[in-house]
Amino acid sequence: MKRLGPFRVERVLVPSGAWVLTVSLGAVAAALVAAGMIFWAFGINPLRAYAMIFAGTLADRRAAPEILRQATPLLLGGLGLVLAFRAQFWNIGAEGQLLAGAVAATGVALFTPIPAPWLLPAMFVAGFLGGALWGMLPTLLRLKLEVNEVVSTLMMNYVALFSVEWLIHGPWKGKTAFGFAYTDTFPEAARLALIPGTRVHWPTLVLGIALAGALAFFLGRARLGFEIRVLGENPVAARYAGIDPVRTILLAMVFSAGAAGLAGVGEVAGIHHKLLAPGQVSLGYGYAAIIVAWLARGSPLAAIITALFLGLIYSSGDVMKVTLQMPFRVTDVFNGLILFFLIGSERLLNYRLRWAPGGRPVETADA
Amino acid sequence: MLEWVLTAIVRALAVSTPLLWASLGEIYAERSGVINLGVEGMMILGALSAFVVAQVTGYPVAGLLAAAAAGGLAALLHAFVSVTLRANQYVSGLALTMLGLGLAGVLGRGWEGTPLLNTLPEISWLTYMGLLLAAGLWLVLHHTRMGMVIRSTGESPAAADALGVNVYLVRYLCVVFGGVLAGVAGGFLSVAYRPSWTEGMTAGLGWIAIAITIFAGWDPLRAVAGAFLFGALFHLSFRLQAWIQPEALRMMPFAFTILVLAATAGRRRGQGAPEALGLPYASGER
Amino acid sequence: MTRAQPPETQTGTPAVEPSELLLLRDVRKTFPGVVANDGVTMAVRAGEVHALLGENGAGKTTLMNVLYGIHQPDSGEIWLRGRQVRIRSPRDALALGIGMVPQHFLLVRRHTVAENVALGLPGPGFIAPARQIEPRIRELADRYGLSVDPRAHIWQLSPSEQQRVEIVKALIRGARLLILDEPTSVLTPQEARGLFEVLRRMKLEGQAVIFISHKLDEVAEIADRVTVMRKGRGVATLPVAETDRHSLARLMVGRDVEFRLRRSARAPDGEAIAVEDLVARNDRGLPALRGISLSVQRGEILGIAGVAGNGQRELVEVITGLRPSTGGRVKVLGRDVTNLSARAVHLAGVAHVPEDRMRMGIVPGMSVAENLVLRDYRHPPFSRGPVMNRQAMGEFARRMISEYEIVTPGPATPTRLLSGGNIQKLILGRELSGQPDVIVAAHPTSGLDVSAAEQIHRLLLKRREEGAAVLLVSEDLDEILALSDRIAVLLSGEIVGVVDTAKSDRERIGLLMMGQRQ
Repeated sequence: MKRLGPFRVERVLVPSGAWVLTVSLGAVAAALVAAGMIFWAFGINPLRAYAMIFAGTLADRRAAPEILRQATPLLLGGLGLVLAFRAQFWNIGAEGQLLAGAVAATGVALFTPIPAPWLLPAMFVAGFLGGALWGMLPTLLRLKLEVNEVVSTLMMNYVALFSVEWLIHGPWKGKTAFGFAYTDTFPEAARLALIPGTRVHWPTLVLGIALAGALAFFLGRARLGFEIRVLGENPVAARYAGIDPVRTILLAMVFSAGAAGLAGVGEVAGIHHKLLAPGQVSLGYGYAAIIVAWLARGSPLAAIITALFLGLIYSSGDVMKVTLQMPFRVTDVFNGLILFFLIGSERLLNYRLRWAPGGRPVETADA
Repeated sequence: MLEWVLTAIVRALAVSTPLLWASLGEIYAERSGVINLGVEGMMILGALSAFVVAQVTGYPVAGLLAAAAAGGLAALLHAFVSVTLRANQYVSGLALTMLGLGLAGVLGRGWEGTPLLNTLPEISWLTYMGLLLAAGLWLVLHHTRMGMVIRSTGESPAAADALGVNVYLVRYLCVVFGGVLAGVAGGFLSVAYRPSWTEGMTAGLGWIAIAITIFAGWDPLRAVAGAFLFGALFHLSFRLQAWIQPEALRMMPFAFTILVLAATAGRRRGQGAPEALGLPYASGER
Repeated sequence: MTRAQPPETQTGTPAVEPSELLLLRDVRKTFPGVVANDGVTMAVRAGEVHALLGENGAGKTTLMNVLYGIHQPDSGEIWLRGRQVRIRSPRDALALGIGMVPQHFLLVRRHTVAENVALGLPGPGFIAPARQIEPRIRELADRYGLSVDPRAHIWQLSPSEQQRVEIVKALIRGARLLILDEPTSVLTPQEARGLFEVLRRMKLEGQAVIFISHKLDEVAEIADRVTVMRKGRGVATLPVAETDRHSLARLMVGRDVEFRLRRSARAPDGEAIAVEDLVARNDRGLPALRGISLSVQRGEILGIAGVAGNGQRELVEVITGLRPSTGGRVKVLGRDVTNLSARAVHLAGVAHVPEDRMRMGIVPGMSVAENLVLRDYRHPPFSRGPVMNRQAMGEFARRMISEYEIVTPGPATPTRLLSGGNIQKLILGRELSGQPDVIVAAHPTSGLDVSAAEQIHRLLLKRREEGAAVLLVSEDLDEILALSDRIAVLLSGEIVGVVDTAKSDRERIGLLMMGQRQ
């Protein structure tokens, strides 16, 4: 127990919700400051930059909905990762699973004779399954062969990426594509409705919010949710409790990867209406979803908020590209900084500042 | 025919050079107990620094030194968060990769497309140095006091700590060393292999280097074989372009990585990961 | 390390005796929420074995960690050979000639003995340091009677041999004062005697030994003087010759301690557990159980005595379904449960109080209520189909908290905030709540203080009264003797003898543990 000026620093076993929030916000703020310094190194006044960002995103009535649009895949992917991380399965492959879902949806949209109104639901189902399937290989490798899932899921991202490239340049190359590569455009029945005047494909967004609620209920009250939590927190106790790790993690990953797949469906059915270059289908949503999940600290409902926040960052990227002539990559800088500061600040959660001006250190023994 | 084989070996060696450097660095970091998933980010920062400095000064070696510094600095951040703050090493590394890729993309704007005038040849002294480095690092790791200290820090930091070894310092040094090598690996790409700067030019090589660390069993000599194997694979995939669509080929190294990870996963005795890998260590808390 | 003259400003400064090697004065150390050392004073002379006696949680290990530089004291002084010193790290301690053999060995399993000993040693030898140190290891081994092969890998060694490595590590660094933390907890009585021989040789060399223990018999056998600690305070320092078991026990606990809990005679009532020729392997694939046969009747407690590492863990795990067996059978209440899953065995009526309560018995981050249903969450009333019934869980938790006197702010409290004793009570409550007919309890009171241990013992005895069969595994021979009706001794994967508790004593059981069959 030390003193820091008028404050007393104490160790705490379980941090309060308010403290967790404070530390998280502090980390985000620190990241924004660090980003500001990078602006400054780039020759841009950071305050001016942030002001422009604010003006171009939250304050701009036409641009503000973009936050929702960007948040949609982030929410779906993030929810999937919340579940995976709770099971201590480090799924870094949401990016590839998203692409897999997009591919599946594209396949259904372009090559199956399913009529409206069944086409879109079929696409979503296919996308979920596609994503889930894409996540299966690393999951099985980890469960059966103890292969580290971080590297294997990441490799699958690259495989997915090049698979999409292959498809749009090869077998699925669209009839109208000349300079660029993409598939044919989706039929009308395969397009999601948008909020008028915006690019927000609201069915996917609603799906995401519903999923958040369902996941919160699931984790708190469902038997499988209980099992996932036990397994994630203490695998030895899970064995003792008779929880089958293989079945539990498999199910968790089916959902996790499937959710990312749903995000992919949303992108191709809601925004692009075709399958195109992977870097355009997903602007790194799979990786940003990691931050969405981490910042939400395992809570599906909090993920709604963190997804919105990350959506804000992505929209800011657009603004920065246009008004500040920064490459869109700058969002990765923000994302990386935020995640980095979040991780760095976690040690703070174990401590607590108590306002105790003056006076001698008080007894802490209450044993 | 012979010419074909020779060319293949040369090209394979070329690609294997950055893979070898990066994985050697990662081996040392992980042997000390810290997993560094930021290799890709450090490599790209190294690539950018090397290109810019080489372009500006006209000396490719200066570029490589800059690359080493860039990688080392980024690794210092990772070491601080992982060792001093005892945070989640996996996520810290991932964050640095994200940050590194983004930063390189942002700062590298404007440098794209300009050719580098003074470059290094593909098979340069870097390749030979890499091989020598592997041998030297192996010797140090298994036959010297310093190597024993490093290995002990990664297997049982508590035992090392109780005997007066400064676990924190050893880990810092090894992680920074890993970053320096990763930076040089990236520098090789932009100064020798493909003398240019393109955004994202590391193209996942950093991840493959991490995978090589795993199936080399954390052994520097085996890493040479692993790096060469992947170098050959890259070259092979390039050769097959005449028959198979290029995009399908580009996924080969990554699919292959998964294959090898699966195939080598069964090993247990003597080739497992350092026991304390990825676990934060707090001196005195038991 | 600062060196200061004894301060003159203090009145009544005790003169430092010439033979006094070490003086710890008024050492105070607190951790969040607990005062581990509350002004402890302790003096150790050269050439003596000084026991540090106290029950679990008295603060003995903390005090020695302070001495060894692992913790920094909040206040207090350390005087070594008449000079005050600051010990900031194990490095300082080693430089001052203080060595420690910890209870849980700090050895690199993959490395050899020589590599472990050479680690951190100053001096020449940048190349192949392990090889260079072998002659010195052999020389020390001879001098002190510690036989150890420098080229063996740690994972190949028995606990007793590993302990010798730890001792060599300290001696090779010139330790004049050796701290041993509960050294006999991993040794058979015979091996313990071997250790005492080593300690006697150290005395002859003029070295001092601090021997942390909670076992009165050993203190009587090997120590010259004993300091008793209780609840963080040093209670007394006496020559061992001038005291006896009962007085020491009273000092340790603060009141008279019953050495035998009253256990009513009970006629056993039908076979509850039957193990036939059980064969199983340990985690490394080596044989752990080599054909074990035993039987536990209803209404009886069968104690499994034996030093850890002889197959106890594997036996418990096989019986409870956590480990596969490669031969033989396990029958519970007449049903063959061999190689069924942990869940199935539990459903067959077997309760399991696991050895490692934090690692296996609970999920530390989840609430008390959730942990209380950790085994039965699938069944009504806790679950209705795929959904759990929080209300029923809460009611159950409240009932358990009151019935088993679990001290906790409430059912929603994260379990890791509870003390060890309360966590164990939680586990016992959970396991016993279904009135199981068979209980497998592994080291149920390890790390608990006497009052918590007594509560656990009473609960087990009560179930025995009510007709349950209890298989008790413990390293604490006193506990086994106090609770068991019969005792089976496990050595190297075999049962070497089964005796009636009433007709045997520690000596006889110790002989069995050493391999002298009856």
